This record gives sequence, structure tokens and C-alpha cells, in this order.
Amino acid sequence: MDIDKDKSQQTEEKNVQSRRNVIKALVGIPVLGTFAYEVLQKTSQYKKSESSIIKELNLGDIQKPSKVLGAVKGDLIRVGIIGFGNRAEQLASGLGFLHPDEIKSRLPGGKLDDWLKQEDLNVAITGICDVFDLHAEKGIATAGCELLPGGAKPSGLAVKRYRTYREMLDDKAIDAVVVATPDHHHARIATDAINAGKHVYCEKSIALNEDELHEVYDAVKNSDRIFQLGHQITQNVVFQQAKEIMKRDVLGKITLIETTVNRNSAEGAWIRHLDKNGNPKPGSTQTIDWEQWLGNSPQKPFSIDRYYNWTKFFDYDTGMLGQLFSHEYDAVNQLMRIGIPKSAVSSGGIYYWKDNRDIPDTLQSVFEYPERELTLMFSATLANSRSRGRVFMGHDASMELGESLSITANFDSTKYQKQLESGIIDPNSPMITINPGSGDIDAVSSATEKYYSSRGLTSTYIDGVPVDVTHLHLKEWINCIRNGGETSDNIDRAFEEGITILMAQKSYVEKRRVEWDPIQRKIV
Amino acid sequence: MQKTKPFTNLQAITLVVLRLLIGWHLLYEGISKLLIQNWSSAGFLRESQWIMSGVAKWIISNDTVLQVVDFMNIWGLIAIGLGLILGLFTRAAAISGAILVLLYYFNNAPIIGIEYSIPAEGSNLIVSKTLIEAVALCVLAVFPAGKVWALDTLVSQFKNRKK
Repeated sequence: MDIDKDKSQQTEEKNVQSRRNVIKALVGIPVLGTFAYEVLQKTSQYKKSESSIIKELNLGDIQKPSKVLGAVKGDLIRVGIIGFGNRAEQLASGLGFLHPDEIKSRLPGGKLDDWLKQEDLNVAITGICDVFDLHAEKGIATAGCELLPGGAKPSGLAVKRYRTYREMLDDKAIDAVVVATPDHHHARIATDAINAGKHVYCEKSIALNEDELHEVYDAVKNSDRIFQLGHQITQNVVFQQAKEIMKRDVLGKITLIETTVNRNSAEGAWIRHLDKNGNPKPGSTQTIDWEQWLGNSPQKPFSIDRYYNWTKFFDYDTGMLGQLFSHEYDAVNQLMRIGIPKSAVSSGGIYYWKDNRDIPDTLQSVFEYPERELTLMFSATLANSRSRGRVFMGHDASMELGESLSITANFDSTKYQKQLESGIIDPNSPMITINPGSGDIDAVSSATEKYYSSRGLTSTYIDGVPVDVTHLHLKEWINCIRNGGETSDNIDRAFEEGITILMAQKSYVEKRRVEWDPIQRKIV
Repeated sequence: MQKTKPFTNLQAITLVVLRLLIGWHLLYEGISKLLIQNWSSAGFLRESQWIMSGVAKWIISNDTVLQVVDFMNIWGLIAIGLGLILGLFTRAAAISGAILVLLYYFNNAPIIGIEYSIPAEGSNLIVSKTLIEAVALCVLAVFPAGKVWALDTLVSQFKNRKK
């Protein structure tokens, strides 16, 4: 009897024990429940604060970048490229042509795939003109490329080398030209090309002096040909969103725009005549038509330094103003249509790169727009690469606009005073960021996400696919040739930019403040 | 015959808490990546500088590989997190968790002379919280963490009964 009782007690205890074990084993379930609840809480709170910022700023409908226009269908356009250096290779790639060696080098790792997705513009490069045999040959090989993006088929047309650009312009078999020579040829070639009835895509900067700028302006204005100045960065989809943000006055009254150049390398300072092993790059009077290269610039004996490092000399360009400020100005002008400033002051010097250069390596230019009540500043150095960005400074917020966009409310903002007080908006971190990778507006995201989005990109994302911005700029030009319409960098924008650059240049060279006389249309 | 308990109660509770906390952390790491639209490990891998930098570069350079890595990373974290919280396949979860977290460590190790552009949480010298988490996962793998307060116990009971 006792033993029986003992046994039943033991079984009872065992049952209790095992029930307890089952309960213990299920400890993870309530933990998971709590986890799920917390995750929901967190996401709904995030959504709430995000949507309240987006709602407060009235930005709800610009979440996704507007679609980029597709290529207009039409007859094959025969393009000639004048000057086939590095930049021309990128332009050819944007048109849909890569050098066979470049195709081979992009094959491993699937790097070619994005390029192959690029839309077919239905153009053929049928003419190459370069004073250097090596570059001309490279151009011909590129133009003859059999592998084309967007499922295009080779046109079958022969690629012709022209010894001078005039020969190319005289040839009726060329419909349009891309000018990618050093800058001292730009205005003259563009003017002659327009007068010869060709459409023109001209790399920046457009002109080295006022006379040639007026010439090219008049030529384009008196013709029905399509002109596009080569500035690709505003084709980045975040610029479309920035435009919308500007329209909706998110920043408040903008009185200062800061643009910068931050470089710190020999390559960045335009010392490019040596190869990787420190030996001079190829080129001699045997292979380079030096007379033609000099064009209308002062006579100088052949020099490999001048040939590759022409940017260093005022004979061929305006240094950082023409090469880099041009992009900055274009970005600002596309967004705000500021036009030509009333006055410009530049100062700077050659403080670091003590070679034979004319161009300053440190330069600050300040442009006044009293009618618009704002100042545009350009601060450039070739001896420090600390990233300083491009910032539009309004009374209520600042917008930093690069490959991505971020807006930070100002602590003393009047418009956002309530939101700042209630904590919906934090003045210490961006309230809005737009990452070109996702294209979504992202309010209150984490530090690392913001960090990634600030990384530089040379492409923009459309529906998650990286697209070369140069391709988009060329496409706009080609579309206008087929369908009419205005390019975003038409001759009016190019003229405004050209004058602004020349004002800063004149101020630097003459060490004085210069002004624009809108009646006489000249710099005084 | 009375089975000897593997731990004292305090030891058991401590081990269970450790398991639950790490599980929670890894599960949320996975879920949060799932919630971010177009999340990609590319940004993290781009920072890789030490012994894993070659592999990291290869992963970024290949779109398909990157997608596979992203997918495995997100769902691996979620599976490991769930396993640890529930105490299901505890040992497997702890071992794979330790390997995964060690991979993070090697891609972002605070080694003298290597600077990362992403700010680290706290000050680290060789040892970082990531490394400690990896070792804590080793502890869970080595000790019978699946034998206390874990679904694994029910699974093994069920198996034993079947036998």
C-alpha cells in the first residue's frame, strides 16, 4: 500500500516535472511575441515621424524620381567626334560604343552588363578627327565596335578618319558632331560646325574669350541646329527632385550658395603626361600634328607637357573655372536660373603645385546677384581633398546636393520653429535624404545609411539600374535633333555660363572686381 | 533513475538569458535589413580592408554573388535568431551564428593601422563587441544550451519516446 502510494506520488511528481519542463521549453514563444510587438512599435513610430516630416514639407508626391524620357525613334544619325581623348571615350560609351579592349576588361565580374542595358540611340560614329594618330586609331576602333548596347545592330557604315575638323564639317555624310578637344578649340569648332549645318554637342567650357563666345552664340541663335553643352551631372535623377524641392520652398529664402572643388593629387591638378611607371606618355611631332593642335593659340614649340597638361596654361583654358566651376555653375543655374551675375571677384594663387603652370591652384570666386538677393561662392583648392560639398543655404534649411541630396533644417529657422521645438525635426541631422540608389525620400534614417548615400557615383539609378549620366545628356541632344525642342544646356545656358566664367577669370587675371554690362553685353 | 541536471538553476538561467539576448539581437539585425528597401551589404563590404578584403571586393564586383550574399545574410540572421530564441537546433544555430559574426568581425576588425570611414560604436583595440558576440555564440555552442529551457528538449523527448 505504502509502496503504491509512493509510486503514484512519484508519477505525480514526474508529471509535474515534465509539465514544468514543457513550459520551460516554450520560453522562447513569449520572447518572440514581445520581439514582434516591439518591431511593430518601432516601424510604426518610424513611419509616423517620417510621414509627418514629409507631410509637413508637402513632399509626399515626389517620392520616386520621375521617369527619364526614352530615346525618340528616328533615322540613323551619323556622328563625327572631333578630339578623341579620355573624355571622348566616355562620350562614345554614352552613345553606345566601347573600345574592344575596354569591353574585354569589363567582361569579368559582369561589369559590362549595366552598359549593355543602356538604351540604343540609333546613332553611328562614322567620323573621327584627332591630331594624334594614336587617339584617332583608338577612336576608329571604338566606333567600329560590333557589340552594342540595347540590342542594337552595327550600322555597317565605314568609319572615316579626317585629318582636319574642316574636312569633317565639309562632309555631307556627317549629321552631327561631338566636340571633345582641348578647350581652346571649342568655340571656333562649334561655330564652324553650326555654320556647316551640323548639330553640336560641345564639351565645357565653351569659350576662352568674349568675342568667340558671342560668335558661337550668334551662330547657334541664327540656325535651326541643336546645341548641347556637355554637362552631365544635372541629368542625375536627384536633380529632378531637387528642382521640385526648390519649387516648394523647403529651404526658405536662399541668400548664399557655396560650391567647392576639393582635390589633392597630381592627376587632379592636371599633371597627366607621365604613365604609371613615370615615363612620358606617347606622342611626338611624328605622330601629333602640333600646328593644328595649337590652332589660334600662341606659337609654342612642341612639348609633351603642354599636349597632355594643357589645362595648366591660360593659352588653352581657364583652369579650375572652366574645368570645374562650369559644372558647379551649371548645377546651380539648372536649379535656380540665376543667369549672369552683376559682379565677380576672384582671388587666389599658385601656392602648392610649383611647376610651370599659369592657373591658380587655390581660387575663391564670389559672384553677386543683387536682384536675386543672393551670393554664389566658388571655393577651390587642388591641395586638400576634404569634401566640402555644394550647399544651398536658406533661412529655414540647407540643402547639400551631390550625387545624393540631403536637407538639414536650420536651428534658427522661422518656418520650422514649431517642429524643431516639438522634436519632429532635429537640426543636428538631415531631415530629408534622397539616395540615388533607391530613389526614395528617406526621412530620419540611420547614420550609416546616410554615410553610404553620400558616396560619389558617376551614374544615376533609374528603377534600380545604374545609368550613365553622360548617356542621358547625349540622349537629350539626340532626341532634340529628331523631335525638336530645347536641350537643358542650350546656347542661352551656355552663354550665361561662359560669361560668368570669363568674369571670374578676368577678375583673377586683372586683380579687380568686374561687372557685367547687360546693355552693351560685355564685361567691364 | 534520477537524471543529473546539467547546471545549477542560476547557471541555467544565465545561459538561457544569454541565448535569448543574442537571438534577439541577430533576429533584429536580420529583420531590420529586411525592412530597409533595397538593403545591400555592398556598403559594408566596400569598407573591408583586412584579410577578407579580396573576397569582399569579389562579392561587390559580381551582382549575382552580391544578391546571393545579401539574401543569405538576411535570412541566415533571421533563422539563427529564431533558432536561438526558441532553443530549436540550438547548437547548429550557435555554430553558424559564430561563423557569421566572425565574418563580420574579419571584414571590419579594429586592427592597428586600419581606419574605417564608418564610425565604430565605442573604442576598440583588436577586440570589438562583434568579436565578443562571436565568442559568446561559441559558449552557447560548447555548453549544452539546447538542454535547458529550449524546444530542443521537447524534440529529444519526442524522439526518445518514439524509440
